[in-house]
Amino acid sequence: MQKITREQLIEKASALLSNSTVSCVLGWGMGEFDYDVTPTTFNSVEELEKGFVFSDFCGANFSKYLVKKAAACEGKILVFLKPCDTYSFNQLLTEHRFDREKVYVVGIPCEGMADINKVKAICGEGILSIGSKGDKMTVTTLYDDEPVSIDAKEVLAERCLNCKSKKHVAFDELLGDEGDVIESNRFDEVARLEAMTPDERFAFWQNELSRCIRCNACRDACPACTCEKCVFDNPNSGVENKSPANSFEEKLFHIIRAYHVAGRCTDCGECSRVCPQNIPLHLLNRKFIKDINEFYGEYQAGAEEGQRAPLVDYTTEDLEPGEVFDRRDSDA
Amino acid sequence: MQRVGVFVCWCGSNIAGTVDVKAVAEALKSEPGVVFSTDYQYMCSQAGQDMIKNAVKEHNLTGIVVCSCSPRMHEATFRKTAAAAGLNPYMVEIANIREQCSWVHKDMLSGTEKAIILGKAAVAKVNLNAPLTPGESPVTKRALVIGGGIAGIQTALDIADAGFPVDIVEKKPTIGGKMAQLDKTFPTLDCAACILTPKMVDVAQNDKIRIFSYSEVTDVQGFVGNFDVTIKKNARYVKEDICTGCGACVDKCPMKRIPNEFNLGMDNRPAIYIPFAQAVPKVATIDPNACNMLKNGKCGLCAKVCTAGAIDYTQKDEYIEEKYGAIVVATGFNPISMDKFDEFAYSQSKDVITSLEFERLTNAAGPSAGKLLRPSDGEHPHTIVFVQCVGSRCESCAEKGKEYCSKICCMYTAKHAMLTRDKYPDTEVYVFYIDVRTPGKNFDEFYRRAVEEYGVKYVKGMVGKITPEGKKLKVQASDLLANKQLHIDADLVVLAAAIEPDKSARPLATMLTASMDTNDFFTEAHPKLRPVESPTAGVFLSGACQGPKDIPETVSQAGAAASKVIGLLAKDKLTGNPCVAGSNELICNGCSSCANVCPYGAISYEDKEFRMPDRTTKVRRIAVVNPAVCQGCGACTVTCPSGAMDLKGFANLQIMAEVDAICK
Repeated sequence: MQKITREQLIEKASALLSNSTVSCVLGWGMGEFDYDVTPTTFNSVEELEKGFVFSDFCGANFSKYLVKKAAACEGKILVFLKPCDTYSFNQLLTEHRFDREKVYVVGIPCEGMADINKVKAICGEGILSIGSKGDKMTVTTLYDDEPVSIDAKEVLAERCLNCKSKKHVAFDELLGDEGDVIESNRFDEVARLEAMTPDERFAFWQNELSRCIRCNACRDACPACTCEKCVFDNPNSGVENKSPANSFEEKLFHIIRAYHVAGRCTDCGECSRVCPQNIPLHLLNRKFIKDINEFYGEYQAGAEEGQRAPLVDYTTEDLEPGEVFDRRDSDA
Repeated sequence: MQRVGVFVCWCGSNIAGTVDVKAVAEALKSEPGVVFSTDYQYMCSQAGQDMIKNAVKEHNLTGIVVCSCSPRMHEATFRKTAAAAGLNPYMVEIANIREQCSWVHKDMLSGTEKAIILGKAAVAKVNLNAPLTPGESPVTKRALVIGGGIAGIQTALDIADAGFPVDIVEKKPTIGGKMAQLDKTFPTLDCAACILTPKMVDVAQNDKIRIFSYSEVTDVQGFVGNFDVTIKKNARYVKEDICTGCGACVDKCPMKRIPNEFNLGMDNRPAIYIPFAQAVPKVATIDPNACNMLKNGKCGLCAKVCTAGAIDYTQKDEYIEEKYGAIVVATGFNPISMDKFDEFAYSQSKDVITSLEFERLTNAAGPSAGKLLRPSDGEHPHTIVFVQCVGSRCESCAEKGKEYCSKICCMYTAKHAMLTRDKYPDTEVYVFYIDVRTPGKNFDEFYRRAVEEYGVKYVKGMVGKITPEGKKLKVQASDLLANKQLHIDADLVVLAAAIEPDKSARPLATMLTASMDTNDFFTEAHPKLRPVESPTAGVFLSGACQGPKDIPETVSQAGAAASKVIGLLAKDKLTGNPCVAGSNELICNGCSSCANVCPYGAISYEDKEFRMPDRTTKVRRIAVVNPAVCQGCGACTVTCPSGAMDLKGFANLQIMAEVDAICK
């Protein structure tokens, strides 16, 4: 499915390692299964050839890893970024979370990444291996004698179905085109929730969030959640490390998190990708993005480094709080 | 654990009438930390304060909760009481059970219930209070006056008189403002120029006063005692220090058909001009939109005739940065636009004019050299109709007029009518009014003279429609007292247009973080007791920027503002507010969100080395708050994603404790 191959990436990384442009490579390493790919640092060509993988399951957004990895790498660190990752990259730069000089960005094209849950929905559990051939995916399971062939488009992740941009907004070098911002229907689902009555909406979120096990995966993967110490880990904050004692707390964790990343979230979708309970957490953030667009004009976090986000900026054209209520009333 | 004393005030019957104060004192006794709880008629009185002091000694109190009026009223009082009893003044919390409780509740039951809840919140907060010590900041002993009309001039003169340097920033090429455009002044009828221009000269000659004319304030940073202001001196293409104001350039300039703003466009001026003979500074200014040399590089006549060599076509806008201890806003007013008042035919006929235009028509230095002539044909008008309250007191016409009374129109219209009858007794003068408002020293006498001695025809009622017909203006009006319709063929109609704050006031208020009302008049810190101070410390109000005013009122307010400024500048140091933000460097991400939202520019960043748990060191970017600049607004604390930023005296934990106490 991907236009670019593992070999091309290894070749690029090896060249940059060999000519000493970089001394480490942030890439994808093999996990237990083919679909279980893990961000890994490679320090040599040998390591790359042994462990580097690239497939339709390389969805992880590497930007956040740079906060720790860039400082830890002796020289520059090479990072492969998909278009959506570059927005997070800029946003983190805006927040001074790593040193741009320490990073060498190679932008890679992306055809959309696969959602393993969708694969499992078609092929069932017990997946042994997943191969890729053109637009098809061949899935071998414990229970089928023959590998099952499925259409890669059918198992695209939600965030890739609603891809907002194929444009690389930050890079040192590109493998492929710079790409363009594209039209997407990513706010349709938010609009559907907005159209609900408050009771229906409450029931919807109650149902979704009740599955939360407070594993913190959403927070840990989120490129906007890079605090030195998260309020949920800080004993002095009064809200630290609580596993949800009741439905109120499990909702509050996600709502507080959505508030903390409001105006900073680039809509990369990592929160929903990593959620083991398949809670559509990205919808909370998208609601904020939609509101910010409507209240302050179109704003895409991370589109440029150093942008002033509407929520931490003041202009005389800003709408007055009262206007928010006027709009709400006129909608009703 | 704190030892908290609770003091519930009756405020006479203000609180005790709706709140069972004894029940409140009793209920708060069992709150955590409370060791003493009582009530008293007037806690702020000497006896009440003594009661607090004694209780502190007797019960070894470490914290005090006073359930009384708004902290804006008496927080300072009770802090002093605590200090006198040996406590840190910031160990006092006020529960507002008057404005937020007894005054808004009608029945004892709900009033008492809420008072107890508010008291519990204050107790919960004071349990987490820590002693705070305010810092000090120096005072820059220089004042800035924004606006060079009579208000600004008087304020500047009074401040300079006390020995402090003052700068006036005026956006026009000369100081003088609206008063310079007036002819005579009510109620004594002395000529405006005769009393204003000597003051303008005083300003020019005072070595404590600098005038930045043709300039505007573009940026204000800092805080009371320490404002950093950027002033943009617009290029006037004439070197101010060399120009002698001889006027040779003005005479020779070939671009002579530019509408003259000073005469409200009723005559023309050249592209290089001096607004009027007594202008201060008396320096020519080139209008860049009209000058052929600046637009097309052709001409250059003024440079040729200037013997002083003052013309400089290459002059650029200049930005000046200066420090000030106090800022006085004196941005004044303008008549509102008459464009939307079609019924009065202002845009259809040259002979329908505003009162300010009438001033210029009767002024000896005006377009008609003081002869009252119709603008359309230069003939003497025999019937003049004055219409009062055009756009004033207009609740139904909010989209084009103003709801408020413009205050000065009744008097200047009486003046215009009287002067017209005095100079031209053959002229019939009508004044249409809603009410005639003349509260001022010798004002009513003045108005009665206009009616009784000069025979001005005052008609109670509004003009409905004015239609130009040939040389006449057909005026349809109603006489409410006679209950009949009037039809008058007038030669000239004068509209007493409502006045509004200058358009520059709104952006200026944003720069100063000074508040405004819905009409864009600056708000005073207290409408009765602090009328010349804005709620923003160090910003003072002078003249019509605060509300419609006549000259005597403006001058008295200007003097009052000056005295407040002098009081501030006389101090060497100001005691700061200890309730400022601070960043916990251990959890700060250095993300800059706080600096982005800080309206005072109080936050900067530094790289600091940290020892990590694994004994390595790490350099991280962290936020640092300048406590002298921080005003304690708290914007940073709610923006900080990690909760590193906190406000002393209003810590996140304290506020959460209050919320918890209220929700329990």
